[in-house]
Amino acid sequence: MRKPFAITLDPGSSLANHTGTWRTLRPEYVDRLPPCNAACPAGENIQGWLWHAECGDYEAAWRLLTEQNPLPATMGRVCYNPCESACNRGALDEAVGINSIERFLGDEAIKRGWQFEKNELNGKRVLVVGAGPTGLSAAYHLARLGHQVQVREAGPLAGGMMRFGIPKYRLPRDVLDAEIARILALGIELKLNAKVTNLLEEKKNGNFDAVFLGVGAHIGKRAYIPAGTSMRMLDAVSVLRSMEGEAPPLLGRRVVVYGGGNTALDVARTAKRLGATESIIVYRRTREKMPAHDFELEEALQEGVMVKWLSTIKQAGESSILVEKMRLDATGFPQPTGEYETLETDSVVLALGQDVDLGLLDGVPGLEVKDGSVQIGANMMTGHPGVFAGGDMVPGERTVTVAVGHGKKAARHIDAWLRATAYEKKPSGEPASFDRLNPWYYSDAPKIVRPQLDLIRRQSTFDEVVGGLGERNALFEARRCLSCGNCFECDNCYGVCPDNAVIKRGPGKRYEFNYDYCKGCGLCAAECPCGAIRMVPEAL
Amino acid sequence: MLKQIEGSRAVAEAVALCRPEVICAYPISPQTHIVEALGEIVSSGRLAPCEFVNVESEFAAMSVAIGASAAGARAYTATASQGLLYMAEALFNASGLGLPIVMTVANRAIGAPINIWNDHTDTMSQRDCGWIQLFAENNQEALDLHVIAFRLAEELSLPVMVCMDGFILTHAYERVDVPDQAQVDAYLPPFNPRQILDPAEPVSIGAMVGPEAFMEVRYLAHAKQSQALSLIPRWAGAFRQAFGREAGGLARSYRTEEAETIVVALGSVLGTLKDTVDELRESGGRIGVLGVSCFRPWPFAAVREALAGAQRVVVVEKGMAVGVGGIVSNNVRTAISTRPIPVYDVVAGLGGRPITKASLAAVLQRAMTDDLELTTFLDLDRALVEKVLRKEREVRRSGPIAEQVLKLKG
Amino acid sequence: MTFQPVKFYQTGTFTVGNRLLPAETRSVQANMRRTNSLNSGHRACQGCGEALGARYAIDAAMHATENRLIAANATGCLEVFSTPYPETSWQIPWIHSLFGNAAAVATGIAAALKVKGRSDVRVIAQGGDGGTTDIGFACLSGMFERNDDVLYICYDNEAYMNTGVQRSSATPPAARTATTTLGNSFNQGKNLPWIAMAHGIPYVATATIAELRDLEAKVERAMHVRGARYLHIFVSCPLGWGHPADQSIRIARLAKETGLFPVFEAEHGEVTSVSKIRKKLPVTDYLKPQRRFAHLFSPEVRTDLIARIQEGADRNVRKFGLIEN
Repeated sequence: MRKPFAITLDPGSSLANHTGTWRTLRPEYVDRLPPCNAACPAGENIQGWLWHAECGDYEAAWRLLTEQNPLPATMGRVCYNPCESACNRGALDEAVGINSIERFLGDEAIKRGWQFEKNELNGKRVLVVGAGPTGLSAAYHLARLGHQVQVREAGPLAGGMMRFGIPKYRLPRDVLDAEIARILALGIELKLNAKVTNLLEEKKNGNFDAVFLGVGAHIGKRAYIPAGTSMRMLDAVSVLRSMEGEAPPLLGRRVVVYGGGNTALDVARTAKRLGATESIIVYRRTREKMPAHDFELEEALQEGVMVKWLSTIKQAGESSILVEKMRLDATGFPQPTGEYETLETDSVVLALGQDVDLGLLDGVPGLEVKDGSVQIGANMMTGHPGVFAGGDMVPGERTVTVAVGHGKKAARHIDAWLRATAYEKKPSGEPASFDRLNPWYYSDAPKIVRPQLDLIRRQSTFDEVVGGLGERNALFEARRCLSCGNCFECDNCYGVCPDNAVIKRGPGKRYEFNYDYCKGCGLCAAECPCGAIRMVPEAL
Repeated sequence: MLKQIEGSRAVAEAVALCRPEVICAYPISPQTHIVEALGEIVSSGRLAPCEFVNVESEFAAMSVAIGASAAGARAYTATASQGLLYMAEALFNASGLGLPIVMTVANRAIGAPINIWNDHTDTMSQRDCGWIQLFAENNQEALDLHVIAFRLAEELSLPVMVCMDGFILTHAYERVDVPDQAQVDAYLPPFNPRQILDPAEPVSIGAMVGPEAFMEVRYLAHAKQSQALSLIPRWAGAFRQAFGREAGGLARSYRTEEAETIVVALGSVLGTLKDTVDELRESGGRIGVLGVSCFRPWPFAAVREALAGAQRVVVVEKGMAVGVGGIVSNNVRTAISTRPIPVYDVVAGLGGRPITKASLAAVLQRAMTDDLELTTFLDLDRALVEKVLRKEREVRRSGPIAEQVLKLKG
Repeated sequence: MTFQPVKFYQTGTFTVGNRLLPAETRSVQANMRRTNSLNSGHRACQGCGEALGARYAIDAAMHATENRLIAANATGCLEVFSTPYPETSWQIPWIHSLFGNAAAVATGIAAALKVKGRSDVRVIAQGGDGGTTDIGFACLSGMFERNDDVLYICYDNEAYMNTGVQRSSATPPAARTATTTLGNSFNQGKNLPWIAMAHGIPYVATATIAELRDLEAKVERAMHVRGARYLHIFVSCPLGWGHPADQSIRIARLAKETGLFPVFEAEHGEVTSVSKIRKKLPVTDYLKPQRRFAHLFSPEVRTDLIARIQEGADRNVRKFGLIEN
């Protein structure tokens, strides 16, 4: 073509005009810390494994999940999911049902027989004391890091509080057994009924290079209640533990449970299932102040458990107790009123918290105990070099998830300590708060509620109360994730740039800016659904 | 083939023989018969493939032609008068983009006052729009010029206007020789566009050009028009060879041998002028005629050469620049500016006023004795205008002159 | 009941792309090999809605026609910022003739293609609101009336931006422009999509730059129809409207979500589908972020004028059924 001068031009020739020089603000891709990940006591990369679940690649999701937590099927049942409380989607409609998806992945793994990958042994030996959540978690992570691990458990079965504290209507034992078996399949040696009494001697005899203590807290706290001779007074931990034995505890037709925590609810609900006509919780404060989770209280109430709010037990008689009414003072503390009432009951179960059995630590030099808890440093090590501790026996919140988190953290520090280095956690980005998001882009989708067992069966059997999500529902739920603060390759930046200044690098490879042409308008940042782009002033 | 047909029909036949691919039609007197006839020819299937587009205005007509031409189709339209002015913006655009559109203009006056009759005010107003302007002397030439126009336009990649006097030619039945298709095809090869909108080779046509290159663009347009001055005689010669008759070219002299006075004119008035000159010659007058066929580009050299022996020049023209006088005459003056001879300017036939031999003879005789104002208005009702002007001086008021003239006449 | 696969895809079709969707249902803009018909290096302002809308539309048209497309462009911002000598941003065969004749030029191109038997090559005419609703209106109407095989796209930024923000017949009531310094009057307005529908042409649609998938679907649909088609795209103008450059898409979204700009499609003069408002918002949400409406809020809040604008939005909601029952 003989193009007339200046009037007719060659296509796309404007590439010679580098409009990037106009820019005063510069877009940059960032990775922010999503609130779910930030809130997870076990340090799970929730958003990361949801990504795989969104695609329907459940095995990849499970593998990423279990890099941090080896017990997803258990977690999906017993974790109180702080991730969901933190979830930004809660500000939009309802939090993503992370816990349900975790359970789905855990169950799927059991169903499909997925196993962990083994690592080559590196020659170091670690002793883990206690086969509860923290011990199992530590053992798992140590094994995956290549250490030879032996677990000593005082009880007849592994699982700790997961087995002896949580009723099976919340955590069926076949699920727990399957997840423990898979951990042990990494080559971990488990010794049952093997209570450790002299720690340093065991360590030396077994040639262990390090020790992790996770013995938990399973001694029920007592309260002084003047009582008659015939009233049955039990503690909650013993009641729940005996549920795992041959003979269920004898609680009678009318049961009073004293306390306001989750354990109190577990006992009251267990009593109901054992045939109690009346299962009454006596708690000194109000529902709002109750430490137990509201959903559990709600489930208990549905099942017929009753609660006497603002009440303390003053005295126990032969077949009744004397209850004093309380009132909350200005600071929210219960104060006696001098008003009393009598409550007929066959037994009283005290659910007032648990203490740690510290017997095995006698004679370990440097080890410090304060307020009944073993003191540890930032690296989870006790005052005695090479002895680490975690779970309920150290200060902190006492939940299964926290315990699992401790086990992981300790394992990583033990590994570093054994290699004479220090474990450095990868720095996480700025928080991905809701105001960083552009929520318009997310499809409207209310949370899928997990099915519940019908009430009659809940009152009379120990069948699992809360069901799991099917594959389609789990997929749906996973896709409700907003991917806060981290690029999920939605192509918005690539699409909305009026200057084609975003380069798409291909699936899984994200994008980069072409600063030759980017004018710095900021549309990419404003229209990024998940807040993974920030605008920074351009330097001269 | 010889045919006794209306001028418009003759033009339509010629255009059809040129195989235009897109024809834009919008009615305006006196060109309407041309597009009507073309519409008929297209409907009959005789001209195919061809898209006959009934547009909503002359502006659209030229715009459709621009689009069609840029997409590589041979495009044609016809207009006149107000219509030409309504497409003025698009005229500049078509030439600026170098699109070889051919358009017939059936010359007609411009209002107000509205007047549908013939003069050259319309095309004269567009003399600087960058189009080549060819003027037909008679219907045969009107027919022939279209064949030449397409050849020229496509050779240069420039649009060409074929100007023919409205009514006088368009509505006159004359015998014409309509060439056959093979003759025209031999003279006019298929359109091979210089630039084309084609997905296979995308270009951007019609860029915005700033001060850094605009002068150069305009200079190149000027250079291209100047280039036409050498091509036009060549294609006229080729036409003569192929069809055996004269048509087009830059300018043609008639009885100018030893002429002291040469009359310059454009279009159909040349016929009357030639008759008048014949009579003046018979009575011994040394007078001849120069017919300018190509008004744009202005053939400086050809005009200078043709007027080389004259002692005076009379320009008879059907248009004028208000406040200046003749338009063609000014062009003639620039062509012979090195020779200090009088160039008389006779404005004639405005708004269809008949130009008679008698009036022409009278004015030419006066010119031959240098007894003529530099600008004369042929057959002007001098008494009437004087009366109006007198009244104007008495009563100072605004309003259209036309109404006042009518009032005074009535 | 037949089996229904999970039809929820996180961001669904709201985002430009979505890795969860089957490849064939993804947007043109998400494609790594999209044509970028309007290429980088153009001189549009930062955050220009028109530059974005034009690339969205033309890329979609290129996709629909397998890259066999020719466009005629009216004078205006889009033309000026895309083709200043010596560079053009267009990657398609493109012509700019005049301000008011884009539709007619396109008619000419379509006629030429028809004559040449190139029915595979499709023609687009495009311009701003000035070139469409004002100066180019006659040619556009003529093109509609003849039902020429042209898709006309109007990028409506509601004023003459290229010349410095003067009022056009598409300028909304109360908007301040350089020629309506006290705010545009409440005139009858000129609803071009509605006028296009009155011509009974095969396809008329409106779209915004805030809903890419909707826009692309409409271009795709339009390219599968023969005859005259009209697509009216709402494009925001940070400079002329006085909003931050990064708000262009949000403003367009608000125009739709308030009901001020109804998004619909029509065939042969009948409305056939309407894009529903997701969450109806008051017009003040749309007006406040734009400096051209600042006089409605300061020095005093002109509740009277705001109420009239709200009435207009509510009327649209009723007229088009913009809210899901």
